[in-house]
Amino acid sequence: MTTIDASALFPGRATGDDPAQEPAAAAPGQAGPSYLTDGTTVWSWIATTDHKRIGVMYFVTTVFALAMGGAFALLLRAEHLTPTRTIVDAYTYNRLFTMHGIVMVWLFMIPSIPAAFGNFLLPMMLGAKDVAFPRLNLLSYYIYLVGSIWVLVALWMGGCDTGWTFYTPYSAHSPSAVVPTVFGIFIVGWSTILTGMNFIVTTHTMRARGLGWFRMPLFVWAMYGTSIIQVLATPVLAISLAIVGVDHALDWGLFDPARGGDPVLYQHLFWFYSHPAVYIMILPAMGVISEVVPTFCHHNISSYKAIAYSTLGIAFVGFGTWGHHMFVAGISAFDAGAFGVLSMLVAIFSAIKVFTWVFTMRAGSIVLRTPLVYFFAFLFLFVFGGMTGVAVATQSLDVHWHDTYFVVAHFHFIMVGGTLTAWLAAIHYWFPKVTGKMYSERWATLGAVLVFGGFFLTFFPQFLLGNAGMPRRYYDYDPVYQPLHVASTIGAFILGAAMLLVCIVLVVAIFTGERASANPWDSRSYEWYAPSPPPKHNFDREPAFGRGPYDYAEPFAGAAEFEASPEAKAGTS
Amino acid sequence: MNDWILWLLDLPPEASTYAAGVDCLHFVVITTTVFGAVLVFLLAVYWLVRYRQRRPLETTATSSISLRHEIALIGGLLSLFLAFWVVGATQYNHMRSPPAGAMTVYVTAKQWMWKFGYPSGRASMDILTVPVHRPVKLVMTSRDVIHSFYVPAFRMKQDVVPGRYYTAWFEATSPGQYAIECAEYCGVSHSRMGGAVQVLSDEDYARWLGGKEFDAPGARFEGSVAERGDLASAGRDVAARRGCFACHTIDGQPHIGPTWVGLFGSEVTLADGTSVVADEAYLTRSMMDPQAQIVRGYKPVMPTYFGVLEATEVASLVEFMKSIADVTPTPAITLPRVAPEPGTGSRGSLP
Repeated sequence: MTTIDASALFPGRATGDDPAQEPAAAAPGQAGPSYLTDGTTVWSWIATTDHKRIGVMYFVTTVFALAMGGAFALLLRAEHLTPTRTIVDAYTYNRLFTMHGIVMVWLFMIPSIPAAFGNFLLPMMLGAKDVAFPRLNLLSYYIYLVGSIWVLVALWMGGCDTGWTFYTPYSAHSPSAVVPTVFGIFIVGWSTILTGMNFIVTTHTMRARGLGWFRMPLFVWAMYGTSIIQVLATPVLAISLAIVGVDHALDWGLFDPARGGDPVLYQHLFWFYSHPAVYIMILPAMGVISEVVPTFCHHNISSYKAIAYSTLGIAFVGFGTWGHHMFVAGISAFDAGAFGVLSMLVAIFSAIKVFTWVFTMRAGSIVLRTPLVYFFAFLFLFVFGGMTGVAVATQSLDVHWHDTYFVVAHFHFIMVGGTLTAWLAAIHYWFPKVTGKMYSERWATLGAVLVFGGFFLTFFPQFLLGNAGMPRRYYDYDPVYQPLHVASTIGAFILGAAMLLVCIVLVVAIFTGERASANPWDSRSYEWYAPSPPPKHNFDREPAFGRGPYDYAEPFAGAAEFEASPEAKAGTS
Repeated sequence: MNDWILWLLDLPPEASTYAAGVDCLHFVVITTTVFGAVLVFLLAVYWLVRYRQRRPLETTATSSISLRHEIALIGGLLSLFLAFWVVGATQYNHMRSPPAGAMTVYVTAKQWMWKFGYPSGRASMDILTVPVHRPVKLVMTSRDVIHSFYVPAFRMKQDVVPGRYYTAWFEATSPGQYAIECAEYCGVSHSRMGGAVQVLSDEDYARWLGGKEFDAPGARFEGSVAERGDLASAGRDVAARRGCFACHTIDGQPHIGPTWVGLFGSEVTLADGTSVVADEAYLTRSMMDPQAQIVRGYKPVMPTYFGVLEATEVASLVEFMKSIADVTPTPAITLPRVAPEPGTGSRGSLP
């Protein structure tokens, strides 16, 4: 059984740790080999319990998932170049949009930031050597991998055509491979639950001495809020999908109205998970932004507690809003009103964050680098997308928009305009820490601008399509919609090309980039006290936990000042 | 709404009584969205330029957003959002409450077509014919999977669920043909599950009632019910055939179940003390899920008729009950228990 390893706390503290296991913590700059070179065999990677290597493995896997989901998206968009058949038939089209949703939501979006960046950064931000349960962490990765492969098997068996929502009774009778698909997602769900549990325990028990809850980097708060949702909501999804699978495979009719079941109950269960799940996707993105903005503005976050409490607010109030997906599904007018007003409340928490980020810029010392360019893309797209969320939560308006392209555009503004741009910001921001290399600022900025432009051209026309009354999941459409569809398709291919450019720029940087210093952005957050890339146990010097991660009133307390005693430091500053 | 706003937002024409109000709110909310996003973005760009770094590694004084600013921003925004909610919820409740006196059309969805049954006994596929300026109540169910009845020009949408009978309503404001789309994914031909609402002027509608000359090309008709006369008289046969009269009477006598005379439109007191108006929604639910709402004074003995009654039979029964809503019950014998009052609520009038 895995126990919490006290020696995984920051080395050099009196925790009764085994000196033999310590990295060379004696002198700064003389750390052991980096986590990348500490063991170079394949086995040293696939059997690692190092949170950083597991994070990297998650990252690589999620990138493959993104590429696959993106390829499906481009096929879908290409199909819509003409009002009738362009490249695929209707059944294939239905399976494509289903698999696009499933792959993007469960294989890419949900693990993208929490499992990849969360794993890499959470222990470092807490001054810990690893997560609380390192072996469980590795198991989570393999569960995710098995689930993903299972979804691929389902794809090979023909894929699923129910939409990622698996609404019954259709999903109970669909001719496609429903059972293996839901089983794959069921498996992936276990990985999500275990990772969430691991992060919650890590945050509670592994904080370095002196690191109180309100000194943690805000990314940790975001991970904590996300983990709560993962642990509480994912089991409901698992149960719902298990019932769908049983209904389909054994014809038990658990949601079949002819046998006393209720198809609307399925929708309640599904959205009880899936609405909080959008916060699983956006909260980590907000955490990334909360790190990027203070670092590149070189200014303290304008209200730490506003960000921290609004994270918890989203995590909990988000559980009471699922009914806004069901305004026309047959819920009572009272229920609709209650879900409507709660949805307005949850939007306020996001607005608090937006104001806090923007006010952080005031009186800062702002350097416009690629991650901040992504922040600007995020800011516009997230505010626009979020406000359209308020719009679709307005009950009478939702009646017209529900299940149209307006909703598709809205959630892509949040999921792609928000989460994907924040994910790209995270990649660029922590790239020097993870790889020890710098990328080409010019090319990376070009990539960011193209991502924004391509994205906007893809999804803005879809708002208009929704207004015009074009339902989603339509294979054929009225020719009057064609110009907007063509614009959207052009945008999608620009977005695809931009993502490819970003990928090339970063891969080139890994091989030819300049060596990165420990803190190339002059940040104050704790992970930057570690060398780039960090050694296996993260730190060879103690981060200034007493200062807080957003203290830009003093110079960075790393490197040269490290050896100065606190008293000497107090005297000089 | 102004035509240029419809053009700007790429909205279809407004053809129902509540469309203009919805579009007005739509315009306000979307304008707020665009201005909000642009303002926040421009503020950030301004501060990016204003506070750009002057020398490397410079430090900045700690400063925070004041609590007063924070409360003002949150309070202002929350008020705005709540205003949206109040207007939106009011409109939504209006859109969900069919007005008294609406004519009823029974809608049955199946993969991948819409079937409409009129009280006259007439039925049509995919083309719904209604008069202009008359509220129309749709009583909708599905025979297989979930569909959604969506008429963009009316700003109206309602999911259609097997095992349930949902009501929705609209009142068309100008004659014409308006597309019906299925908005809930329902299988391989989902995108072809269309149709149209054919809104006729009063004169044209009167002529349509007499013949078929206004039926759009491609509309398919079923004669089965029509051959038996209107839905109400078909309903009497259905009730006899399905054994309804074993428990329900049509002479005002309370029996094992409540009498049907004067039932439609009346206020029914339930076992839990609450009361409900016996409209289409109540009556259809009582057939499909009889245990959900038990009338006070009666035993919960009625079996479900889900999967037993076909959608047209349900429609016929409801129309039959409507046809005897105004009959004054004349109990043959005086019972200790008072027979249900004749209908006191609103009446659905037959077209």
